[in-house]
Amino acid sequence: MNMLASYLTLAAVLFCIGLYGALTKRNAIIVLLSIELMLNAVNLNLVAFSKYGVQPSLTGQIFSLFTMAIAAAEAAVGVAILVAIYRARVTVNVDEFDELRR
Amino acid sequence: MNFNIEWTGEFVAFFVLAVCAIVGAVMAFNFTKVVHMALSLAFTFVSLAGLYVVLDAEFVAFVQVLLYVGAVTILMIFGIMMTKHQDEGEEKSRPLLEVLSLVGCLCLLALLILAIRDANFPTEPAAALPTDNTREIGLQLFSRWAVPFELISVLLTVAFIGAIALAKREEDPK
Repeated sequence: MNMLASYLTLAAVLFCIGLYGALTKRNAIIVLLSIELMLNAVNLNLVAFSKYGVQPSLTGQIFSLFTMAIAAAEAAVGVAILVAIYRARVTVNVDEFDELRR
Repeated sequence: MNFNIEWTGEFVAFFVLAVCAIVGAVMAFNFTKVVHMALSLAFTFVSLAGLYVVLDAEFVAFVQVLLYVGAVTILMIFGIMMTKHQDEGEEKSRPLLEVLSLVGCLCLLALLILAIRDANFPTEPAAALPTDNTREIGLQLFSRWAVPFELISVLLTVAFIGAIALAKREEDPK
């Protein structure tokens, strides 16, 4: 088993843990952090391919930097929406956010 | 797939950091307090930064520590502080949802691992990465990737202005 397969397996495990957390946890902050974990797993894939891929180059690392920027924007907007909903509903549980269903 | 693992320095470093990352992620979903979960995930992010160093991506590792451990986790902790979590610990269990999610995630994991096992990966890297990768990333970011870089900066500005507008307390209408 070469190193690339090990890195990809680790990323797959982290992605699945993050997916499980995002699907089952009720606290919206933990759901946001789980999504960050999934994005991190993807970044690990990009950086691993940048070293061990067919054509090693820095493009993978640059792509992972772009992903991190998007993840930061996502986290900021997510927390802002969370604070706004908390003001209106005084709860952070995702299964009580059902305004759009009414 | 053969399991003739040679215990090189890189593999030992990978193994230790991978165990740290997975333990941090799994423990995060076993804690009951939200702050403990956030700190446990911060531990996972630090381990991933260590993995980036093992992968010769020092600049990405530095950005990872700066952005995830320094910014995203702290932002989440501020989010925790600004909201109340009085009902933590008495999480009502939803067995059907949890079992279905577990089965789905395990199926996805099995699928991914099978795909990784069957793939043909190059055994030897064709060319080595440049050693001064921070300098090389800077050069490429401002020449070949200049347009995406500017788009990302515009997107970040828009997202942060939007976040401020969303989180701002609305004035009482008089």
